Amino acid sequence: MTRALTRLTTVEARLFLREPMAVFFAIVLPVGLLLGLGTTIPGFRDADPSLGGQRFVDAPFTAMMVLLSIVTLGLSVLPGTLVIYRERGVLRRLSTTPVRPGALLAAQLLINVVVSVVATTLTLALGHLILGVPLPGSPWAFVAIFVLGTLTMLTIGLLLAAVTPNSRVAQGVGSALMFPLLFLAGMWLPRPLMPEILRRISDFTPTGAFGQGLMDALGGHVPQPLHLAVLAGWALAAGLAAARLFRWE
Amino acid sequence: MAIITVDHLRKTYGTRVAVEDVSFSVEEGEVFGIVGRNGAGKTTTVECVAGLRTPTAGTVTVDADLKEQVGVQLQECSLPDKIRVGEALALYASFYSRPADWRALAEEAGLDLRAPFGKLSGGQRQRLSVALALVGSPRVAILDELTTGLDPRARRETWDLVARVRERGVTVLLVTHFMEEVERLCDRVAVISRGRVRAVDTPAGLVARAGGEQRLVFETDEPVDGLRALPEVASVTRNGAEVTVTGTGDLLSAVAAVLPPSRTRGLRMERTTLDDAFLTLTEPTTEPTTEPTSEPVTGPLTGSQEKS
Repeated sequence: MTRALTRLTTVEARLFLREPMAVFFAIVLPVGLLLGLGTTIPGFRDADPSLGGQRFVDAPFTAMMVLLSIVTLGLSVLPGTLVIYRERGVLRRLSTTPVRPGALLAAQLLINVVVSVVATTLTLALGHLILGVPLPGSPWAFVAIFVLGTLTMLTIGLLLAAVTPNSRVAQGVGSALMFPLLFLAGMWLPRPLMPEILRRISDFTPTGAFGQGLMDALGGHVPQPLHLAVLAGWALAAGLAAARLFRWE
Repeated sequence: MAIITVDHLRKTYGTRVAVEDVSFSVEEGEVFGIVGRNGAGKTTTVECVAGLRTPTAGTVTVDADLKEQVGVQLQECSLPDKIRVGEALALYASFYSRPADWRALAEEAGLDLRAPFGKLSGGQRQRLSVALALVGSPRVAILDELTTGLDPRARRETWDLVARVRERGVTVLLVTHFMEEVERLCDRVAVISRGRVRAVDTPAGLVARAGGEQRLVFETDEPVDGLRALPEVASVTRNGAEVTVTGTGDLLSAVAAVLPPSRTRGLRMERTTLDDAFLTLTEPTTEPTTEPTSEPVTGPLTGSQEKS
């Protein structure tokens, strides 16, 4: 059975790499934006007093690009793939073999985690080498918030796959959620510059908590307990709902 | 010894009755057909056999490990577009403890290992689907609407593949609505109509039940009433110049003795085909929209509902 699971994961990984759009939005776009905008827009590399004296490319922009990659995987790539598999009867077909369809779900989750690790590593490494972005000040805090945040976003992706009837709806709902969630994370208006009320709302969204946690860890701080609790709460709620609502066919 | 036994199977979805009452048994090594019109309950029946659905009532017994020894080809089940034929076969082979040689299967099915699923023709997809159903060396293969939507050539190629499956001794449960498919492949057939089994027999047996009747059609200007007196003749129908005579035995000689062929035009002889048998067995002869349970089975088949 391990042989089957290994092969299933290998085949799924190859299929992922054959989807140019998934690779582009999850890896190429965030890294490209960081390097492209980071090197060309001059203000991004100047110390900014409104951001506590750090440069915009440092914690805020780097955190947002890490977040962008993981949110894309969670809200678009993972649910898109799973819903298409359900639509086409791939999961149903699998349920007639000795392998449970849950194995395919596990393989998909693993691949998405690996891709988010690759995208994050590339973002941090190339940002460091090319833009001089400091590596995370507290590496373990960064790993912890990365793991918790990725888990939360992928679990929300599972819930999205559970509640959407077909791939068109899944893509539509995914994009409709992605923009407000990225906005609340501070993608276009950094959290330190948000009005108080907006920042309070942002604190309780999965992307707001994840984004601030990443910024804290990159800047050498320990993420705030509130943000860890918010992420854990979303992961738990989405996980339970997905487990209850997910259908194989 | 039956490898599959379906006993008074009933399946409802809410208030909709998909399968009313279906019983049949399949012997090891035979190709057993399930025929019926669209919506007759064929797919629901085999999905219950495959363990994909739970019967509402009745029992389904399969004398084999459902996951390991029953290979399934489902309707409307496909693969990701980018997966290659070889990858899919190797992947599915890895699921089973005693897989078949998947390269040989691909060759037998005439498939290119490197072709991506999304680029396969309908016939190639179906043959891949059959190969995937066989890759675990199953004792039973369930094939649902294998050739629907295929062109005649692709259909024949798929039939050849199934014929070779039978030679391996695999028991095949084949769902279809093509009578030609039944005639070519099936040892026995269950005819299902509106969720009930109307008959279980060999293809030849079904034809015989439907009358095995001959039909003589010709045009003539002569009076034909005299034909009714012949012992071979069952009925004579006249529609203008066209006359239809049905009957048994040496119908042609008997009619020719009374009405010389020189005085008829366009004489042709028709025999009951499996298509006719199927229609007789499944066609409601009264109102086509009566309740499923109140449908009478008429003609030579009344009371011949069979359980084995």
